[in-house]
Amino acid sequence: MLDIGWDNFPAFFMTMKKFIESTGFGDILEKVEAGERLSCDDGVRLYNSNDILALGYMANMVRNRMNGDDTYFIYNQHINYSNICTNLCKFCAFGKDKEHEQAYEMDLETVKQKVRDRLDEPITEIHMVGGIHPDLPFSYYTDLLKGIKDVRPDVHIQAFTCVEIAHLAGLADKPVGETLELLKDAGLGSIPGGGAEVFAPRIRELTCEKKLPGKDWIEVAKVAHRHGLHTNATMLYGHIETMAERVEHLDALRLAQDETKGFLAFIPLAFHPKNTEMSSISSTTGIDDLKNIAVARLMLDNFPHIKAYWVMIGPKVAQIALSFGADDMDGTVKEEVITHMAGAETEQAIGSTTLVKLIKEAGRTAIERDTLYKTIQVHE
Amino acid sequence: MQESTFNDISGKVLSGGRLGDDDFLQLYNDADLYQLGFLANAIREKLHPEKNVTYVIDRNINYTDICVSACKFCAFFKAPEDKDGYLLTKDELALKIKETQDLGGTQILLQGGLHPDLQIEYYEDMLRFMKETGIHVHGFSPPEIHHFAKVSKLSIATVISRLIAAGLDSIPGGGAEILSDRVRDFTAPLKGTADDWIAVMEEAHKQGLRTTATMMFGHVETIEERLEHLRRLRELQDRTSGFTAFIPWPFQPDNTALVEQAPIEKTTGYGYLRMLALSRIYLDNFENVQASWVTQGPKIAQLSLCFGANDFGSTMIEENVVAAAGISFRLSETEIKELVVDAGFTPRQRLMDYSLVG
Repeated sequence: MLDIGWDNFPAFFMTMKKFIESTGFGDILEKVEAGERLSCDDGVRLYNSNDILALGYMANMVRNRMNGDDTYFIYNQHINYSNICTNLCKFCAFGKDKEHEQAYEMDLETVKQKVRDRLDEPITEIHMVGGIHPDLPFSYYTDLLKGIKDVRPDVHIQAFTCVEIAHLAGLADKPVGETLELLKDAGLGSIPGGGAEVFAPRIRELTCEKKLPGKDWIEVAKVAHRHGLHTNATMLYGHIETMAERVEHLDALRLAQDETKGFLAFIPLAFHPKNTEMSSISSTTGIDDLKNIAVARLMLDNFPHIKAYWVMIGPKVAQIALSFGADDMDGTVKEEVITHMAGAETEQAIGSTTLVKLIKEAGRTAIERDTLYKTIQVHE
Repeated sequence: MQESTFNDISGKVLSGGRLGDDDFLQLYNDADLYQLGFLANAIREKLHPEKNVTYVIDRNINYTDICVSACKFCAFFKAPEDKDGYLLTKDELALKIKETQDLGGTQILLQGGLHPDLQIEYYEDMLRFMKETGIHVHGFSPPEIHHFAKVSKLSIATVISRLIAAGLDSIPGGGAEILSDRVRDFTAPLKGTADDWIAVMEEAHKQGLRTTATMMFGHVETIEERLEHLRRLRELQDRTSGFTAFIPWPFQPDNTALVEQAPIEKTTGYGYLRMLALSRIYLDNFENVQASWVTQGPKIAQLSLCFGANDFGSTMIEENVVAAAGISFRLSETEIKELVVDAGFTPRQRLMDYSLVG
């Protein structure tokens, strides 16, 4: 045996609770155990900590209380109809000016063909987002929705971030609510969580000054909820945001959720610097990825689901995240473009068998879901 | 695992008791990720309270890929009759060493296939040539030494002492795979037995060489066989204290014969972190446990620091064996340091014997 002075080892380690107390988070643990809301100060303390085991342990308690071992994934198809964008956010490698040689836009027939190509697969959701295009008319977007529904009538279309919705309302020259009704009539089923980035005006000024302001993003989401559309929410972390700005973002989301209860999932998005104007920033680390999952689970006490998006953080970390607060691994995905243009080294698709295996090996129950989290199949 | 059962085991381990084989299996079967993580992390903190995470700047030089062993889990080797095999020339060796030293490298991890024809004199000559540069040579895993003895008809002790005389500084822990003869008979029947591996290491330790120990898991072995592996290492370390570190990594299946025989699921990040933590808990007489960024990538390697690892391994200016199995992570010294700092530790460059540089 090495002489490592075991006699001096503090007795605190005898219970998990005492271990958490030793990290200085005893007060937060008490709140978590009592189901009490954490303060913004608590959130900043958690983000500033490197005790990833303590954070994860508490987040896992919440996850187990809310979702048990249930762990979701979806069989979905991603379509990015165009990368032409007038916003050109500095953290984005996907959006291109219309004149750029890599700029593209799909016509209706191309989109329909993409859907048709995969009719033999059990896809239940089409996830479709694109840039803020300077001159496509409102009818292009409704035609896309209708076209997809023509080819695959049963599929749920989750499309157009709140940023795109605000843009479409401008094109339609109607209030957001009326615009959403028109899109619903054309086939829109729900709204994805993108475009939230970090709500703080400081961050938006520095990185995406042309983008819909944070408060307007939330407003669009709330209107969507009132019109019966569920939405997701995201946060792009790991660039120039402070811990306080992250917490402010989460707090804004949970206050909105208190009002409308329309958010389904929160998805922390890891910044991928490659090919962006902010490429001097390092990629996010495993610890930061898990911390963002865990703190989100702890702060967003009214969000039913926290998603570990494997495309962004890799299947390995996404699997570990299932023990750090996440209960959803997103989908099989194919042809993921946005993150891969920013240098993501993950695969573009993983099969549902791989997802099921990852979930089961992490000791959880794999459930294929639809967009609204209805169980399609439990994989025993 | 029930908190009371876990508390019994953790109480025993943390008060200086030794983890029994039954305890190991119980932890493996029933403990959750947090129970393993907390326990491994507490042991790591106790052993390394200074919060350093070490790394070495070195380069893998694989002097030949020609190998008579034909292990089924290996994507690197060429059979002797395959004309594509290579044997590095002295010029190539010299260039690789110079590049390493120019990058601040302190050692060469020198390993190669089991070449059918080369005699002990060849390796002695190679070592003397390399040592002219002053670099530390961490070379020749036990199967190579065992093979040299066979080809040159010498005893293991003689081979080791001649290599030491020619300049060998330490021995890498490769070729251990799983130290269980059932597994070896199936995956690497020509490679030598578990006893052979242990015997080479014991003799090396006896002659004053420090060595590392590895484990390649996640192929055809059972958990009992992983335990057998750890037990044999722990027993030898009790006798010699010659191991500096333990380095576990999961089998990388791409391009290997083993996978052509039967599908093998790649070990996941979750499986890796659990095994790492279990190893840290069981190997109470090993001071250092290495993370494997080469197989796991930077993210999981960083998380390893919370599951028992206290060393980030090597910058690996060159790596060929894992790359042949379809994995190609790259990390610079700067990136390693950033990952370590981000995890709340202090990065420190070290030598093979874990003494710190600077």
